[in-house]
Amino acid sequence: MAAAWRGRVVTTVLVPLVSVVCGFLVGAIAIVAAGADPLVAYGALFAGAFTNHNALAETLVSTTPYLGLGLAVALGFRAGLFNIGAEGQFYIGSLAGTFVAYSIHGLPPVLEVPLGLIAGMAGGALWASIAGGLKARFGAHEVITTIMLNYVSFLVASYLVDTKGLMLAPDVSTPRTPDVDPSAVLPVILAGSRLHVGFILALLAVPVVWFLIERTTIGFRLRAVGFSQGAARAAGISVGRTIVLTMALSGALAGFAGIVEVLGVNYHMTDTVAAGYGFDAIAVALLARSNPWGVLPAAFLFGALHNGAGFMQLETQISSDLISIVQASVIIFVAAPVIVGWLFRLRRAPAETVHITQREVDAPVT
Amino acid sequence: MDLDVSWRQVHALLGENGAGKSTLMNVVYGLLRPDAGEISFDGQRVEIRSPLDAIRLGIGMVHQHFMLIPPLTVAENIVLGHEIANRGVIDLAGASSRVHELSQRFGLDVNPRERIADLSVGTQQRVEILKALYRGARLLILDEPTAVLTPQEIDGLFAIVRALVAEGNAVIFITHKLAEVAQIADVITVMRRGQVVATTTPKESSSADLARMMVGRPVLLRVEKKPAEPGARSLAVEDLVVLDDRRHVAVDKVNLEVRAGEIVGIAGVEGNGQNELVEAIMGLRPMKGGRVLLEGHEIGRATTRSRLHRGLGLIPPDRHRMGVVLELSVADNLVLDDYDRPPFARWLVRQFSAIREYAERLIKTFDIRVQNPEQPVSSLSGGNQQKLVVARQLGTLPKVLIASQPTRGVDVGSIEFIHRQIVSERDRGLAVLLVSSELDEVLSLADRVAVIYRGHIVAVIDAKDADRERVGLLMAGAA
Amino acid sequence: MTDFLSQLDPVSLLSITLITATPLVLAAMGGMMCERSGVVNIALEGIMLTGAFIGYGVAFFTHSVWIGLAAAIVSGMLIATLHAVLSISFLVDQIVSGMVINILAVGITGVFYRTYLESATTVGPGTFPHWDVPVLSAIPVIGPIFFQNQFVTYAMLILIFVVHFILFRTVWGLRTRACGEHPRAAETAGINVYFVRYVNVIASGALAGLGGAYFSLQQIGNFLPNMTGGRGYIALAAMIFGKWTPLGAFAASLLFSGSDQVGSRLQSVFHVPIPLQFLGMIPYVLTIIVVAGAMGRAVAPAAVGIPYKKG
Repeated sequence: MAAAWRGRVVTTVLVPLVSVVCGFLVGAIAIVAAGADPLVAYGALFAGAFTNHNALAETLVSTTPYLGLGLAVALGFRAGLFNIGAEGQFYIGSLAGTFVAYSIHGLPPVLEVPLGLIAGMAGGALWASIAGGLKARFGAHEVITTIMLNYVSFLVASYLVDTKGLMLAPDVSTPRTPDVDPSAVLPVILAGSRLHVGFILALLAVPVVWFLIERTTIGFRLRAVGFSQGAARAAGISVGRTIVLTMALSGALAGFAGIVEVLGVNYHMTDTVAAGYGFDAIAVALLARSNPWGVLPAAFLFGALHNGAGFMQLETQISSDLISIVQASVIIFVAAPVIVGWLFRLRRAPAETVHITQREVDAPVT
Repeated sequence: MDLDVSWRQVHALLGENGAGKSTLMNVVYGLLRPDAGEISFDGQRVEIRSPLDAIRLGIGMVHQHFMLIPPLTVAENIVLGHEIANRGVIDLAGASSRVHELSQRFGLDVNPRERIADLSVGTQQRVEILKALYRGARLLILDEPTAVLTPQEIDGLFAIVRALVAEGNAVIFITHKLAEVAQIADVITVMRRGQVVATTTPKESSSADLARMMVGRPVLLRVEKKPAEPGARSLAVEDLVVLDDRRHVAVDKVNLEVRAGEIVGIAGVEGNGQNELVEAIMGLRPMKGGRVLLEGHEIGRATTRSRLHRGLGLIPPDRHRMGVVLELSVADNLVLDDYDRPPFARWLVRQFSAIREYAERLIKTFDIRVQNPEQPVSSLSGGNQQKLVVARQLGTLPKVLIASQPTRGVDVGSIEFIHRQIVSERDRGLAVLLVSSELDEVLSLADRVAVIYRGHIVAVIDAKDADRERVGLLMAGAA
Repeated sequence: MTDFLSQLDPVSLLSITLITATPLVLAAMGGMMCERSGVVNIALEGIMLTGAFIGYGVAFFTHSVWIGLAAAIVSGMLIATLHAVLSISFLVDQIVSGMVINILAVGITGVFYRTYLESATTVGPGTFPHWDVPVLSAIPVIGPIFFQNQFVTYAMLILIFVVHFILFRTVWGLRTRACGEHPRAAETAGINVYFVRYVNVIASGALAGLGGAYFSLQQIGNFLPNMTGGRGYIALAAMIFGKWTPLGAFAASLLFSGSDQVGSRLQSVFHVPIPLQFLGMIPYVLTIIVVAGAMGRAVAPAAVGIPYKKG
């Protein structure tokens, strides 16, 4: 038992930790190649993320969407679904929630906020259900459909926000939606900063998702389907319905992340989408090893990186794109634990690869 | 371990599932590396690092799961890796004529231009043998080659094997079936748990001797059971039509009934519609026509879930794909059918103490060897995994059990246990539909034998009238 | 009617369609080599971006678009090698590996563009020259469309036939398809599955890298961050829509880029109020329909996406 316990510590804690360190080392090489001092650059990154005025609060603000998105992708992973479409679900959810939140007036915040959130989650859930339904009904691979649906969602967003009579606000110079009703805004919880209630809500989502996966029948069904569709089917579990349900839940979490951004930070949407959330979400889930609790530190790391990157660029002229190099490297090390094993000569490094999607593998030669 | 194979001989490698026969041969064929030891071929010490090395030496292998690529043609499959080509451009006409020539020489009738996907299993096996011969194989390894053949096709295969040996080649014949060994082998090597326990000949050792060597203790070759006392009609299938994945008719107007307290066995070569039949009865595959009745009630449109709850039980044919979820715990697997019903769940919340209690009870009753109910099923032996599947199905006290290949890939001890369980449940009134490609299993367990051929039930015979010869002919479609 | 035709200007419409389809076709064929051997490649976007950047950077410092072109191809091969190492040798999930490369490409091109190129004031390397094929370019309609182009477009047209020939007529193609359908069968036939997959993944990098050179060295003679703008995913769509065949991918790419061109022309010349966004959705929606099996099922190679483990 002790050995198994240690093995779990290695895979769930040590490998991700070492991977993060390695990711920063690779980033340092890039900084040197770009003619700067890694210590200075990382110092600025750290200052921008934690020690500058209000930096920690801002880091928590940028952590918030990563919590929802990371949970969304992690939940999909557990059912063997690779939801690359968190980004699209994020935007469609935002659109739905924003529409509700600027359309309603005169209700107290205790009603308006939940209405906005529910609309956002419903939007994300519905959008994700398209990919779920296509997979359940026709076997269309969700990786392809969600990639394609991402681009469709960007175009839908741009169409709705750009078109008069739809979601375009009157009398604005750059296209955007009207601001949400003041009663629908998520209140700030730290005076003088932008940190809002949405962060607390996103934190609460972690134990909720954990409970859902580990303690409920829905979670059991979802994991059974993720590991073996054949066995699940033979035991009377409807694989198709489980896939649609999982995608819907995953999309709801992504939509939640989206609408919280609107109600807590931006108060409206523009027609340009800041792409990249989708990949970041997958990165967070991978780093967390699909464990809801793991999403917590992983999202925090990504929030800090994003928040500190701007200051680093300002101070050192190193492009904020550097953090993409760091993120990509971290994932390489997490997804290929063999490399970490070699580098650090961890005894009995976990040889197994990250189990992400359930696939029909060739029957083993026995 | 040691193994010596001589030219002009059929050398049988006999052992239970998991005895290490296939592993050994995969080493010889270069798919696996040995940890220690050496291989000699033609008196020379050789090192076989890859299948390519093996092929160069003249070793060919026909795998249990065919190594053919379905969308490619026969000719393409045969020449693959040793193509007839002109500066990298394939000469398919040349390949076809070469294949035709070879198939004529050995009396293996195949059409080089057909796609593998369109061929029967027996023909695919001939393609595999041709593939090895095309590469100049002098030592041919056949891994469980008879599993998918009718008794008559097996005779055909044996003729080919004898012809090959007569030309001076050697054949290693891997099997777990005692009857075949007596028929074809010149020399027999018996393996148990990765070790050679004996090398003998069919003259020196009887079947009973071989069985004892294989298992390590005396084995009952027959199942003890008293005559069946059939009761009311439990399961009935009427005019059932089912399509396979390629949308061809796989089950054609099948009528069948199973009474409480009897075992009806379905004999047939694999791929004659058995899986589709089972899946349709369980609601895992849509029916094209006909009815399925459980105790007189039509269940043809019910979901799998509701059929399970109404008293159907299933031991699926492929344990790893359909029977267990390897990554989940033993306890979770034992409640896989009922995970969301009381007492295992209250509302949406799972009740772990109830699950554990139930699991411990079944583990004891069905003698599943585990350290604790929380360990993943993947850590269990094949036999214990299969006992788990049986336990889960019988644990819910079904009225009808569909047992499809209930002992495939399982050690002899577990086979005996599972057979005893099935018979004793029959005696308590369970209706059993047994589907097995092991004719011996059907003949020894069933009270009535239904023979399936190309989706038709061609005959239903009383067990006492069913002998190997007659059933074998029926399985081959000779009415 | 004649007025309509002259305003629509079908020849220039077709010509621009072919030109803008160029990177799509190249990347789609890259994806095809890769997937036919059993390795999913969603990294086309990142490989193209890297090719565009390195191609431009090298051309900028050597003052030669041709050296830049070679650099674009080599950089594509290098980054594809990373995909090969991760997904073939380290058994990393192929989608994860591809995604990592896409993120990495954004990072690398972003960082080094800012450091070395953004503020550069000297004159850029320009673009590939226009070559008119003698005689053929004078043919009406056909000439202006096919025979008055720049290097990458000519290369694309030739490579369609080359890739088709390799995949369906040569030993290499047969082995590639075998590895993508049933790698264990290929190995038992004496084929080195790892080798075949490595070569095909790297070849896909060369093709996508060449596609990347289109953006910086053929289209505008400059590099801009994220200039591939998702075209790698449209190429993936074209590959699937074209059912993993070069001619199919070519047709799909023409369809996708053509719908784009027709849309913008309808809007700019005829002021037809079709929202451009809906035209932009065509490739994605068609691909979804195809993977859902509505227009004859697109069947991917059977073993695609599954890491191959020996023994």
